[in-house]
Amino acid sequence: MEIVICIKQVPDTAEVRINPETNTLIRDGVPSIINPYDMHAIETGLQIREKAGGKVTVLTMGPPQAETALLDAIAMGADEAVLLTDRAFAGADTWATSYTLFKAIEKIKADIIICGKQAIDGDTAQVGPETAEFLNIPHISYVRKIEEVNPDSIRVQRLMDGGYDVVETSIPVLLTVVKEINEPRLPSLKGKMNAKKAEIRKWKSVDISADENNTGLKGSPTQVKNIFAPEAKKDRKMLKGSLEEQINALVSELRSLKCV
Amino acid sequence: MRIVVNTEKCTGCETCVASCPFTAIIMTSEGKAFINEYCQFCRACMSACPEGAIIEVKEEGDTPNSELRTQDYKGVMVFAEQREGKAVPVAYELLGIGRKLADERNSELSAVIMGASESEARELIKWGADKVYLASDPLFEKFNDEPYAEVLVRLIREHCPEIVLAGATPVGRSFFPRVAARLRTGLTADCTALEIDKETGNLLQIRPAFGGNIMAVILCPDNRPQMATVRPRVMKRGLYDVNRKGEIKYFNQENIASRTRVLGTIKEVSEVKVNLQEAEIIIAGGRGMGKPEGFKLLAELAGILGGAVGASRAAVDEGWIPYSHQVGQTGKTVCPRVYIACGISGAVQHLVGMQSSDIIIAINKNPEAPIFNAATYGIIGDVYEVVPMLIKRIKETSGSR
Repeated sequence: MEIVICIKQVPDTAEVRINPETNTLIRDGVPSIINPYDMHAIETGLQIREKAGGKVTVLTMGPPQAETALLDAIAMGADEAVLLTDRAFAGADTWATSYTLFKAIEKIKADIIICGKQAIDGDTAQVGPETAEFLNIPHISYVRKIEEVNPDSIRVQRLMDGGYDVVETSIPVLLTVVKEINEPRLPSLKGKMNAKKAEIRKWKSVDISADENNTGLKGSPTQVKNIFAPEAKKDRKMLKGSLEEQINALVSELRSLKCV
Repeated sequence: MRIVVNTEKCTGCETCVASCPFTAIIMTSEGKAFINEYCQFCRACMSACPEGAIIEVKEEGDTPNSELRTQDYKGVMVFAEQREGKAVPVAYELLGIGRKLADERNSELSAVIMGASESEARELIKWGADKVYLASDPLFEKFNDEPYAEVLVRLIREHCPEIVLAGATPVGRSFFPRVAARLRTGLTADCTALEIDKETGNLLQIRPAFGGNIMAVILCPDNRPQMATVRPRVMKRGLYDVNRKGEIKYFNQENIASRTRVLGTIKEVSEVKVNLQEAEIIIAGGRGMGKPEGFKLLAELAGILGGAVGASRAAVDEGWIPYSHQVGQTGKTVCPRVYIACGISGAVQHLVGMQSSDIIIAINKNPEAPIFNAATYGIIGDVYEVVPMLIKRIKETSGSR
């Protein structure tokens, strides 16, 4: 089984705080991590390899420093790593990102492609399914369990609102996984040694024969027009008096608004 | 186009580094700012730089090479998701916002429903659709990405709507990307507001970015249709009018194939049905509850008010209450009339899941807790003191009516 895991290096948003006075982000010292959902994707790939044999390749698109994310994945047990890095890829939206990953996966050749459900910085959950469409293969989103992997088919559980579906499809396939699927392993000593001597393949646009009209900003149908801080609540009322008075005031406010 | 740093003007103050929502600016060993490939061209750094050292540079081939004529696309199309043959609530919300956008553009609102009956399709007209495309084959009863995508692609190619919307549910978020990829157009995920740009007529797609810390306005200027998924429980439903007239068109469902089969659907029944997203009143507890028993107290209050019990991630991680109750970035997004946050500090990840509630009441010991910034009413005090008093007072006053 040839397995490709698509990962993304993201700033750890759990570490980001808002400055209440200026309503802007406090970003000092925010570390870069592998997108948490992608950790589960890596674990899923490693477990499939343990059962079905084969090779696990981790793939990412990003600036040169994204290499550290790939090395972390090798330390967990991935066999190979590819970094897509080129000025031509800059400013890509989900469409152009998916196109770029598709060109790389075509070159690597994969039976199973695994992504995390979404990345915590963009939260779009679109790159997985869009990549599957470019590859013209089926995809299953929100996979919470792999039930069975056969040479040419796979059966999984797909998380839905209020339960789950059991879904079967053909291989090659792309899966996006949720956190429930497994507990990502810690890097082993051997893995860390492997990461030290690992050679990361670095591919530019020309290496994957990408059409530059389809990559980066130029290939992106969407644009960020502007960004702004969310408004603070305008109608704030702090209640006054003793605790009892505050509660009485609150209950009568709620009564007048017919909320209770 | 590129955004670059004029290294002669750059003083190395790092103001831009902090201003970038995408961590795209790093400091070089020479102490100058450098913008890397994570740049999304949002231009936040350009206004942040006190030296005016960050500039936009035009490049060859900036002009879009699209031959697409955006003016040939007209109308708004919404995807009405069904479960067990019934349209889900977000479908009515999409008809609400879709009607508004279509009226503003002086165009038609159509809806697409798959795997439902004609009477269900007729309901969509009463909720605001001018036209409903119905794919009634049982093949569409259970959600399956490939056939769903194929139907929508065919309808879009035939009717050329300028805007296409779905709910940001597991279904919409899974198959809409396939449609956008095939049509070579943009898709914006999980929008919380949609507006028409008065000057250009483009759709302004507004969504939380970066874990909800900031809002981004996204455009799809040169490709059509402009596609978006819309967060449930954010848009207002349209007006229900039993007399509204509209047309139902059966979709020709020949040659729709799928490599994927849905073998079964398993419903997970939690002890008490947690219907957080439907609840009018939510009483939520966080780390400040201190112990699992505290949620019994919240359940008592919820019982009196006819509400549901929610929780922050901290309380769920402690094992005090199951994940199905979790509100926030990694849990559910809720929009009740009243949200009572008990012992919840108000981390950004929690706020994004509940900040559009009509009234937010915060009860917390710590007057510095960020939850008070989001709250309509704040009470500084111990949950175990305040909540019993609240229960008592509500009982007293309801008795006196």
